[in-house]
Amino acid sequence: MRTQSLFDRQTTLVLSLLTAAAILVPAMNVLAPPGSALHLSDHLVPLLGKYVCFALLALSVDLIWGFCGILSLGHGAFFALGGYAMGMYLMRQIGSRGVYGDPILPDFMVFLNWKELPWFWHGFDWFPFAALMVLLVPGALALFFGWFAFRSRVTGVYFSIITQAMTFALMLAFFRNDMGLGGNNGLTDFKEILGFPVQAGSTRIVLFVLSVLALAGGYLLCRWVVGSTFGKVLVAVRDAESRTRFLGYRVEHYKLAVFTLSAMLAGVAGGLYVPQVGIINPSEFAPANSIEVVIWVAVGGRGTLAGPIVGALLVNAGKTWFTGALPEFWLFALGSLFVFVTLFMPRGILGAAGSLWERSSRRLLAGRSPEPVTHAAE
Amino acid sequence: MIFLRNILRALVLLLGMASAALAGPYEESLPKFANDSYADTDAAIGAVAGSGNPLSIDVVEALRDGRLLVGSGQVFVRRASGELVNAATGQAWGNQTGELKPVRVNNRVRRAIEAALGSLTLLSSDAAKRLEAARAVFRSRDEAALPTLEKAIAQEGQPHVRNALESARAAILLSKQDALPAQRLAAIEILQARGDQEALALLSNLPSHATPEVIAAAGKATDGIQTRLAFWEAVQNVWYGISLGSVLLLAAIGLAITFGTMGVINMAHGEMVMLGAYTTFMVQEVIRIYFPGLFGASLLIALPLAFLVAGLVGVFIERTVIRFLYGRPLETLLATWGISLILQQGVRTIFGPTNREVGTPAWMSGALDIGAMSLTYNRIAIVVFAFAVFAILLLVLRYTSLGLYVRAVTQNRRMAGSMGIRTSRIDALAFGLGSGVAGIAGVALSQIDNVSPNLGQGYIIDSFMVVVFGGVGNLWGTLVGAMTLGVANKLLEPYAGAVLGKIALLIAIIVFIQRRPRGLFALKGRAVEA
Repeated sequence: MRTQSLFDRQTTLVLSLLTAAAILVPAMNVLAPPGSALHLSDHLVPLLGKYVCFALLALSVDLIWGFCGILSLGHGAFFALGGYAMGMYLMRQIGSRGVYGDPILPDFMVFLNWKELPWFWHGFDWFPFAALMVLLVPGALALFFGWFAFRSRVTGVYFSIITQAMTFALMLAFFRNDMGLGGNNGLTDFKEILGFPVQAGSTRIVLFVLSVLALAGGYLLCRWVVGSTFGKVLVAVRDAESRTRFLGYRVEHYKLAVFTLSAMLAGVAGGLYVPQVGIINPSEFAPANSIEVVIWVAVGGRGTLAGPIVGALLVNAGKTWFTGALPEFWLFALGSLFVFVTLFMPRGILGAAGSLWERSSRRLLAGRSPEPVTHAAE
Repeated sequence: MIFLRNILRALVLLLGMASAALAGPYEESLPKFANDSYADTDAAIGAVAGSGNPLSIDVVEALRDGRLLVGSGQVFVRRASGELVNAATGQAWGNQTGELKPVRVNNRVRRAIEAALGSLTLLSSDAAKRLEAARAVFRSRDEAALPTLEKAIAQEGQPHVRNALESARAAILLSKQDALPAQRLAAIEILQARGDQEALALLSNLPSHATPEVIAAAGKATDGIQTRLAFWEAVQNVWYGISLGSVLLLAAIGLAITFGTMGVINMAHGEMVMLGAYTTFMVQEVIRIYFPGLFGASLLIALPLAFLVAGLVGVFIERTVIRFLYGRPLETLLATWGISLILQQGVRTIFGPTNREVGTPAWMSGALDIGAMSLTYNRIAIVVFAFAVFAILLLVLRYTSLGLYVRAVTQNRRMAGSMGIRTSRIDALAFGLGSGVAGIAGVALSQIDNVSPNLGQGYIIDSFMVVVFGGVGNLWGTLVGAMTLGVANKLLEPYAGAVLGKIALLIAIIVFIQRRPRGLFALKGRAVEA
């Protein structure tokens, strides 16, 4: 089995496009004069930043679904947990500038008449700690949840359903005021991040560039993972789990490792998302959100690392356009997209484009994931 | 009717004249109303009410409604028709109200009126009125009603009215200042037998000078009542649990069929429930406009229609989408989720996003009282209905050829196909059956939930939990799963609160799946391992 070089054609293309975005978007926002065709208005920068975070989330789902066959319907939970960790840092940064002016307690705690900071809020005023938690909290939950689920060989739709139950339970929990995380309203009204005002245009540009860098980093990481021997085993698990197990691989360890990694990627996406949209609330845990992420992956092409990025950007751009122009048709469009993609484009846009390319040039497109084998073993 | 009423009126007249001739306390106190003094009016009410004169109810009611008129020392009752009646004799007096003035009332007089009416209707010939009066006296604890109460108890024939009268007497005696200890003890016994919150409140409110044995007896009775109430509360919670369980059963049972036969996760299942609820709404609209007399039967008419509508939509989905996704359960999940979004938005576009009003037929409103709990008829109807649907499905699967084929395909698809069963046709029918059952679940749920485009969303996760918990391929698993989850949810609620209880259950199910990945009642064999 030949391990492909890290910088194949697709990777180079994706990285150069992302670099171009990281340069062009700030340039068009700052350098191009307002009114010119090239100018990018200020509200579009955080919007694009949001899309990039979604693309990273989609990438994390693709890593487990496209390469290991694990369909998680609860990845929104890891995203939201990362977001909450970042949100807690931003809440602590408000300091005494809140409505009630309490130097330590966030507004909602003063409102609930709490006297001191709950234990799990300690440390979040220090950015490195919060950044670590953005990674560790989703990772720990995934490790814990996955250890139980994979060890007892919960697979297929059963796994999907219990991940959905997990995010639903978390949503109910975070809606409670007693949880100490803002209840219904979540965490919002942020002032500054690392001393820079969150609302300022320059901060937003930096956050956008950071999100693009995170996406590029995530992409490279996933590329490295799926190209390694470890990645080959993942694909083997996807295509013939029992056969892989009989060959002597500890399938559950591989699954657990990739599931945890994927959850941490989702957490990073959430952590970058929150300062750009300025709010995190329990509705991010809604099961419907997690399912929507899966369709981004499916549209772009599961099992191709560039696919989820394309899918997330396209579907979200479509959502923004539809909810502005034809709000009542958005759900029709999204629903039809689900049906159409699963029926007619099982490998998504990139998969379909890939096979077209293949047919015309009779050449294997570098960087495509290996073909699934038939399910004879199962 | 008019003839009868005239005879009645004549009788009343005769009686009135007879008592006029006797000139008892009634006639003596009537003129006090004309004194235009609240104190006199108050006293007159007591005397009139205690007189036993058949006209006294009329007089007190007229006073309450401002229809008791006085003029030149005489008292008149104005009937609803406007005609005047002499209160002393019961004779008609034309309808000249010119010089007559209504008797004025204040709050004190109003209280006296209420108490008097309470004791007066104690002797009414209508058992329902007597019962109500007894309950009113129980609440007011008006000592003045005691003599009437004794009289009513002595002549009461109906046991449940008698019970109410006796507990009213007990309530009065318990708080009456000069009651004898023996009377109090008897009262405590009666209140303990009654055993509800009100009795508890009375027992905790003993007069300060009660004898020690009365206090001890009251304490014992309080303990007894509290034990009884705790027991009934537990029973009530179990009942709520069964009620929730049957709702879950209705929502999940169709899912269990489709999941069991085809291994297909139908995310649009909740929308089938919603379609059933909207079918009920449409049926009721049509009935309201064209056949108002049929409203009582609207749900029965809606049942087959909801089955048809949801079933046909289900067959359509199976034929156009799901059958192309065989062997790809995860993709089916996504496609059906897309369909559910389309159905939701479709219903929202047609019927609007707001809740639609679905009426409850008269035979389903009201409540049944058992012990210290009250069961509403619509909940009872849903529990009965859920079990009926379960039984029918069980019979269909057990004794019809369709059921045989469905079971065969569930157990081993390839073998069933080899035996000549057209598995794809069975898939379509099973999907239609499951969706149709979801539709009739929608008819039932329209009675207890808001009929809105989001109706189905609220049930989908719960129904999955039921199916996953109970295991697929066996309807009994669904029953046990639904009832366990329902009862556990409601028993947890008082301790943990609704949300925490639900979270605890979700976690419990996640943990349970680790132990038994195929649910409680898993199919055994190689076929299900794939």
